[in-house]
Amino acid sequence: MSHNHDSGFAHPAAPKLLIGVFVVLVLLTILTLFMSTVDMGLMGPFGFWIAMSIASFKAALVLLFFMHMYWDKPFNVLVFLSSSLFVILFIGLTLMDQSHYKKSVDEYPRQPDTPNMSP
Amino acid sequence: MATAAERKKLFGHAENNYLNCSKGFRSWAFTLDHKRIGVMYLIGVTFALLLAGVFALVLRTNLWTNTSELLSDKMYNQMFTLHGAVMVFAFIIPSIPAALGNFVLPMMLGAKDVAFPRLNLCSFYLWVIGTGFLLWAILSGRGLDTGWTFYTPYSIQTDTGVIYATFGAFVLGFSSIFTGLNFLVTVNTMRAPGQGWFKMPLFLWGLYSTAIIQILATPVLGITLLLLIAEKSMHIGIFDPKYGGDPVLFQHFFWFYSHPAVYIMILPGMGVISELIAVYSRKKVFGYSFIAFSSVAIAVLGFLVWGHHMFTSGQSVVVTLIFSAITFTVAIPSAVKVFNWLATMYKGSIALTTPMCYALSFIFLFGIGGLTGLFLGALSTDIHLHDTYFIVAHFHFVMVGGTLTALLGGVFHWWPKMFGRMYNDNLGRLSCFLVFLGFNVTFFPQFVMGARGMPRRYASYDPEFIIFHQWSTVGAFVLGLGIVLAFGVLVYAVFKGPKVAGNPFGAASLEWQSSSPPDFHNFIHQPVLCGPYEFESMVYDEELDTYVLREFMEPSEHPKVEPEPQTH
Amino acid sequence: MAVVETENEAHDDHHDHGEFIAHHFDSAEQQFDSGKLGIWLFLVTEVLFFSGLFVAYTLYRVLHPEIFDQAHVFLDKYLGFANTLVLLFSSLTMAVAVRYSQLGKNGHVVWYVLGTMVCAAAFLGVKAIEYTHKWDQGIFVRSAFDYHPGHHEAPAGTLAHALGVSEYLIWLSIIPLLLVVGFAVYAAIARMIEKPNASFFSACMAIAIGGYFIGALAGHFYMEITDGGLGGRSEKAAALMAYENETHSDDEHTNKPVDHHDESAVEQQRAESEIAPYQGPQSDEFDQDVGIFFSIYYCMTGLHAIHIIAGIAFLAWILWRSILGHWRSDYFGPCDYVGLYWHLVDLIWIYLFPLLYLID
Repeated sequence: MSHNHDSGFAHPAAPKLLIGVFVVLVLLTILTLFMSTVDMGLMGPFGFWIAMSIASFKAALVLLFFMHMYWDKPFNVLVFLSSSLFVILFIGLTLMDQSHYKKSVDEYPRQPDTPNMSP
Repeated sequence: MATAAERKKLFGHAENNYLNCSKGFRSWAFTLDHKRIGVMYLIGVTFALLLAGVFALVLRTNLWTNTSELLSDKMYNQMFTLHGAVMVFAFIIPSIPAALGNFVLPMMLGAKDVAFPRLNLCSFYLWVIGTGFLLWAILSGRGLDTGWTFYTPYSIQTDTGVIYATFGAFVLGFSSIFTGLNFLVTVNTMRAPGQGWFKMPLFLWGLYSTAIIQILATPVLGITLLLLIAEKSMHIGIFDPKYGGDPVLFQHFFWFYSHPAVYIMILPGMGVISELIAVYSRKKVFGYSFIAFSSVAIAVLGFLVWGHHMFTSGQSVVVTLIFSAITFTVAIPSAVKVFNWLATMYKGSIALTTPMCYALSFIFLFGIGGLTGLFLGALSTDIHLHDTYFIVAHFHFVMVGGTLTALLGGVFHWWPKMFGRMYNDNLGRLSCFLVFLGFNVTFFPQFVMGARGMPRRYASYDPEFIIFHQWSTVGAFVLGLGIVLAFGVLVYAVFKGPKVAGNPFGAASLEWQSSSPPDFHNFIHQPVLCGPYEFESMVYDEELDTYVLREFMEPSEHPKVEPEPQTH
Repeated sequence: MAVVETENEAHDDHHDHGEFIAHHFDSAEQQFDSGKLGIWLFLVTEVLFFSGLFVAYTLYRVLHPEIFDQAHVFLDKYLGFANTLVLLFSSLTMAVAVRYSQLGKNGHVVWYVLGTMVCAAAFLGVKAIEYTHKWDQGIFVRSAFDYHPGHHEAPAGTLAHALGVSEYLIWLSIIPLLLVVGFAVYAAIARMIEKPNASFFSACMAIAIGGYFIGALAGHFYMEITDGGLGGRSEKAAALMAYENETHSDDEHTNKPVDHHDESAVEQQRAESEIAPYQGPQSDEFDQDVGIFFSIYYCMTGLHAIHIIAGIAFLAWILWRSILGHWRSDYFGPCDYVGLYWHLVDLIWIYLFPLLYLID
């Protein structure tokens, strides 16, 4: 790692490292594409999760090396990763509420559980 | 040690200050100085407050009779929508953070400015543009009648100016994000040397927690409103049930932002109160770290409870139960704060100045507002109370009784610092009394009405409620009078009030170690760090009629008995 | 004890060598750290901004998995793949540009930032081909969704017809074309009035935005070669199209491939689509559902494209400052921050690509 000598806060990444990361990213992209092209009957419902895991691994590579997270202050890393926590919270709690959904307004039951209140 | 002349220069009344260091319209319009931006924000939010306050008075006047004789039903819908939208987006959310926070935050850190001054100015102009779009919805004659929440599917069907108003709220959201981002970075990187996290005034903890919410929640409002605009203009079918969309999804989106936004409104107010209680009790704040962490806890818990706005929206039962349960946990950090404030006052030497009066009424009103919130968090009672005046009274106790009171208290507290002039304290206290009285008369009857089933947002109502509505209307005008009086007292002080020196109240946080009004660079010397609540480090300087740091006085000059903080 | 110092002394103390250190910062490092935290926080807001769309995506995918399975075949996965590579490569060039800015080698920064911008514009070019191809077939958002498969020639006599491209593409290309021409002309003028920096910058901008046309051309020829390319899913897509045609019209004509040179056939087809207009939201189950997928698709990729455009603007600012030679080992913040923003845009695409293009 070629550190700059006259200033403490610059961490130039080595070009070899960056190109290596790029190659890995491209290979992973090809892998994802290949997986979707070949019918992966073996994977069944896990196909989505595998694709997402690969995407997350790619994202981690970009974050760590292209975005210098590897050399960054821990607080900055914490700040960014906390965003994913809140995204999961948002998606998770909203998704828990999917059972009420109906495709058309007419399918909603009128006052499902209350007895007829009108005199 | 410093001579009397040096003390006068450092802590006296400054004739050359940030207000008059440069002149002309451009020197204000393009200023990067956080103090001037804070003052401009203060003027802006006051304008929004008065505008939305007039809407409120029109509403209350209309409700004097039960047949809605003043306004047509459509006009009434528009009036309460605009009252809510302007108050929430253009007034309460920016009020304490952007106006007071901008002025005070860098000074409390001993810094010269916020981390990103240009972003700060940009935030102010975004506020102007956003408010402009909200006003455009009014002035274009189309109005807005969806309620401030823009609920689908009605907001998609109505032909009022939803798109203008939504875009205005979108822009205001970015203004809020920029302020929060700026404050968070400033607190992280620009604290005075040696000023650790736990040597910051509690107001900064309040602003810091607010900034966390602004950064995490406000972008979701942005995307929600963009999708709403797309839905309204192109019918993309995400929220519109006519096209296979899910209107309840909109509520999830909206409240993911807007519930945390409730804490954007109250947390800075709590921070202000922490300052006021400590300073005017002249006692080290009780349970510093508990107050500090309770702010952060409220900020985080605020993200877990949004579903309690949707108990009657057709949300699934399991989700409802979870949200209801978590809602109760928010009461814990809120109560921690209240108990700590009370414990701070215990055996303190309390000075009932105007800011302290406002602080005391905050505790009372926020207490009621918070406790009635528990009724609404409980599932069974909420089904009965939902969309009644009980809700209206509850959130007004928190937002007006809480935030507005805290804002007024904070403005009275920092006014001598901002303008170097003292207001008439008796009239100030009178304004506080009127606000407190008027507020209670307005909203207490609404609890009763709500519990008896008076629904909110109705222009006409059952004759049974006439007496309550009339009390409420009388109270609203008293409240309005109180606010106008406070406004008058403060403005009069700027021009005619007696000049004061740097620290008339004997407060110990760093912003008081400057002249009044502060120099363009905030501090002429590097402020000497002492604990924000170590009031013994400040001693009274008779010559200047103000408090200065003990180190700056000769030991012989130290007064034997320290007088009470001055009240005029 | 406390020393009373004047502003000037304080000024001299702290600002020994920083022409770019703002007055309220004590040191270059404090300024850099503030900016860095600020940009990370901004990226957090960006992530949460996009999160709303991911929530919408997840909800509708959970509720209607069959729609997502059917609808995504209308997206060409090879174009998506190519765009992914373009963005990844632009991220690489940006990372290298940041490296050289940290070393203070402004000349190198210029070329790598320029490379990033060309890639960004090329991405938009490919996107334009994808979008206009769908618009031609009536693949719009939910309410306007009116799918009619096959080739769609622009009316005779128009520029679009002469070039053999979509009319929509012509409209989309006007702004980039004006920008390229404008920058090229200004580059020449600036050269004459001896403003070398401005001239060089404008020339770079013309090249960078010209990347749009590289992307658009490549995408166009890909579409020509693959006959409206559907990324190796022609069988499935053909089956769906046949299903589409049955539900849309009983007439056999619409299944016929339309002869490119036969204007009457084109007109006939247009007339038919007018005879059997879209029947409103409830008329066609399949339309309704696929329309929601495309609503989400357009929102996600559209917002992403807006971020690319904003990124090009930020990169232009970095390019200009690189030409002025502003970067040095203790002042490279803005380049780093814009780089972080650019990588985030790439990061979002890394998720969008499998979520939208590779559903199986």
